[in-house]
Amino acid sequence: MEGRMPETPALGLDGLVGGLREVYRSGRTRELAWRRSQLKGLISLLTEKEEDIFDALREDLGKHRTEAFRDEVGVLVKSVKNTLQNLEKWAAPEKAPTPLVSFPATALVVPEPLGVVLIFSCWNLPLGLALEPLSGALAAGNAVVLKPSELAPSTAAFLAANIPRYLDSEAVKVVLGAPEVGEKLMEHRWDKVLFTGGARVGRIIMTKAAKHLTPVALELGSKCPCIVDWLDSKRDSQIAVNRIIGAKWSTCAGQACIAIDYILVEEQFAPILIELLKSTIKRFFSKPEDMARILNEKHFNRLSGLLKDHNVSCSVVHGGGMDPKTLSIEPTILLNPSLDSDIMREEIFGPLLPIITVKKIEDSIEFLNSKPKPLAIYAFTRNEALKQRIIKETSSGSVTFNDAIVQYGLESIPFGGVGQSGFGQYHGKYSFEMFSHKKAVLKRSLLIEFMFRYPPWDDRKLGLLRHVFRYDYVSLFLTLLGLRR
Amino acid sequence: MEESRAAAVQELRARFAAGQTRPAEWRAKQLRGVLRMATEMEAEICDALHADVGKPKTEAHVHEISLVKSSCLFALKNLKKWMKPKKVHARLMTFPSTARITKEPLGVVLVISAWNYPLLLSLDPVIGAIAAGNAVVLKPSEVAPATSSLLAELLPRYVDSACIKVVEGGVSETTALLEHKWDKIFYTGNSKVGRIVMAAAVKHLTPVVLELGGKCPVIVDSNVNLHVTAKRIAAGKWGCNNGQACIAPDFIITTESFAPKLLEALKKVLEKFYGKDPLLSADLSRVVTPNHFNRLLDMMDDEMVSDKIVFGGQRDEQKLKIAPTIFLDVPLDSAMMKEEIFGPLLPIITVDKIHESFGLINSMTKPLAAYLFTRDSKLQKQFESTISAGGMLLNDTSVHLTNPHLPFGGVGESGTGSYHGRFTFDAFSHGKAVLHRGFGGEAKARYPPYSSAKLKIMKGVLVGKLGAMIQAILGFPRGK
Repeated sequence: MEGRMPETPALGLDGLVGGLREVYRSGRTRELAWRRSQLKGLISLLTEKEEDIFDALREDLGKHRTEAFRDEVGVLVKSVKNTLQNLEKWAAPEKAPTPLVSFPATALVVPEPLGVVLIFSCWNLPLGLALEPLSGALAAGNAVVLKPSELAPSTAAFLAANIPRYLDSEAVKVVLGAPEVGEKLMEHRWDKVLFTGGARVGRIIMTKAAKHLTPVALELGSKCPCIVDWLDSKRDSQIAVNRIIGAKWSTCAGQACIAIDYILVEEQFAPILIELLKSTIKRFFSKPEDMARILNEKHFNRLSGLLKDHNVSCSVVHGGGMDPKTLSIEPTILLNPSLDSDIMREEIFGPLLPIITVKKIEDSIEFLNSKPKPLAIYAFTRNEALKQRIIKETSSGSVTFNDAIVQYGLESIPFGGVGQSGFGQYHGKYSFEMFSHKKAVLKRSLLIEFMFRYPPWDDRKLGLLRHVFRYDYVSLFLTLLGLRR
Repeated sequence: MEESRAAAVQELRARFAAGQTRPAEWRAKQLRGVLRMATEMEAEICDALHADVGKPKTEAHVHEISLVKSSCLFALKNLKKWMKPKKVHARLMTFPSTARITKEPLGVVLVISAWNYPLLLSLDPVIGAIAAGNAVVLKPSEVAPATSSLLAELLPRYVDSACIKVVEGGVSETTALLEHKWDKIFYTGNSKVGRIVMAAAVKHLTPVVLELGGKCPVIVDSNVNLHVTAKRIAAGKWGCNNGQACIAPDFIITTESFAPKLLEALKKVLEKFYGKDPLLSADLSRVVTPNHFNRLLDMMDDEMVSDKIVFGGQRDEQKLKIAPTIFLDVPLDSAMMKEEIFGPLLPIITVDKIHESFGLINSMTKPLAAYLFTRDSKLQKQFESTISAGGMLLNDTSVHLTNPHLPFGGVGESGTGSYHGRFTFDAFSHGKAVLHRGFGGEAKARYPPYSSAKLKIMKGVLVGKLGAMIQAILGFPRGK
């Protein structure tokens, strides 16, 4: 689907934001019943409109319905159901201990919504990256604007048409349009902005946010490395290869922030790994429609450009075939392309898999530490010592051993980057917290008063206060009774 | 100058990369060092605080030194617990697997401190950053030069100066520091500079904590113990650096009928605290600089408000002292009601019914703290649910910041992020999810070539159907 994205006119944006502030001020979105209704609405949208969703994702990315279900619809429904189940617990005030000296007092931490929030989603998981944070923002009681990526126009149009039908259209808005619309939105003050995408635009968003002191969360890209250690059993090796392929070509043809970007393996085992990859790829991708296509011509040219570099093209050991008409690139494996080439310096975000060999598998740690902190580190190994070293000596959003991508669907762990891969975490309870303010509330009584709190000051009062701050209740008590100086 | 700065930052990076700041023993040693410094150097610290803001000795002890010490003790006590990875549910869907969240240090962090509590606001964040295993640069406020140079001189004696450094300087120094790559920036100060700090952080995509200010309102209902209320308001306002504190009560809202009684009570309390001539009391901080003194004078003498003064107003330009001064019903569009006062001026705004105070507060930006004095539990509940602020206190002022179990930070204009106790540790950590999967339970249904049979099993698995999960684990559908 080519042609211009329908846009919400600029004048309309002022009215839109103002309107949302009114709705938020009315208190409607804070009611638990409202939040529950929105979450249920999301579940209905996902289940009733499943076929439409599959169609949109196929149009935008050539995604097979199984992949669409596995990575977007299914994982979303599971997540929203989990949120619904835990909503009351997450929204409840939590008691905090109070030191005896402030008796009588109660201390609470009360979660409250931030207000009116803005979510920018990316094109590669156009449904998931929009609706997962949306579910968290709604659960937390906010009014929301969703700005889906214009590069996935069918999904954006789907959201614009269906969100108003299934959710409270006065409190949840979808704004369509080109990046300029996003910039215009950022001229306003928001109570929080979540941006998923590349670092270049991430910086623009954060700069604009600074003008209003709008807090931001940035989910950016990175080169996610996968360390492949020698695995004794053939079965284990096959499973590892299945999972590697699943995390590269079976996930939007490698166009995913948590897809495996490149592999690190000991040089003696590289040939075995490559053979296993080749044979398994052949089995898995017997039907071309089982792999997503490249998003558009621009990315297709970018990827083919990566391969054309003469330090790189000679390192291709499998695949390399490209069809600009269908925007498809076959699963491609490279062995030791030059480390200075673009393919080893930039995030690939496509179906090209460089394999870098090292002398000893432990050398991988130093290698990946020479690059910016990634969103995810993967390692296939049974070596417990190696696992501990990876955990302790590297830094990344997350680490997954003996599998890949699956961490995305686990609600109990936070999802987000560190360093160049971003900041802010979400999924599960973290989505709720990303869009909440934890307000400290301390209640004191007007009854008991400690005179030594107040001026005029003298050394006696100072002495008493010292006891207080050491939580030395015995001395305090005795001193107050005049039994001690 | 820039060379030495760059070299300093580089050394910190190298030390961090070498793992010097990671072991629990190193962290505990540094914390004990800070604790010793705060204990052994009490007299010198009090002198510096007195030189910088005229802080009374008791305030220096109670609000700064004691809080630094208890912060160290709290961190030392809980360090092992905070550092321990937390096991979380790994769910049937990824079975067999285990998941943990590991806290790791962010790396090399920058703490920019403020002038009003120059010791506390420097060391409290640094304590948490050290506990979390980071290398740290502390940039104390140049507006409190005695404390700044004391910290620059003392800290290297008590802690590992290769990994924890103090860099002194003003605007140009700070600007130069902000050009470097930091893994986190922690800033305490005003919202104007907060914006500059956040904008500078964009360059390296650095996450920030901004502890800013705001106009902290105090709502006073009529059903209170008047004497206690007046004392607590006075202690929170003038007993906190003479109003120069981010959580000091900025203004009061009360009913028209109750205002005279409250005013009388405040006058009585103020005389008791500071005597008949407050400018002579040793228990009141002075205004920090001539700039701020003039700012407050302009605010007080503004013709919109100057006729609304009902108590105080004395000033001494030589000593930079302003006495506790109360105003009644200044116009809401006066500077006094539009800007954060940060000084000893206290406007009382009256409303017809106490509930009207909520609308007034909500028409302003979200403050760092909001206070309510009342015995009416319904009013308390309404206050809690209607007003958004960093923190709230019922029937007292300021003291919530001494509870290390409560997160301390702002929201909206008053800031982003929070700290104190465990929250400081978390502010300077990254919670890394670590998922361990086994090779058992390989689900063929995950992989292409796709089929409707596989889709059916996937649907079952994601919905949590046990039967589907068993099928998936057993490798169904067979054959492909």
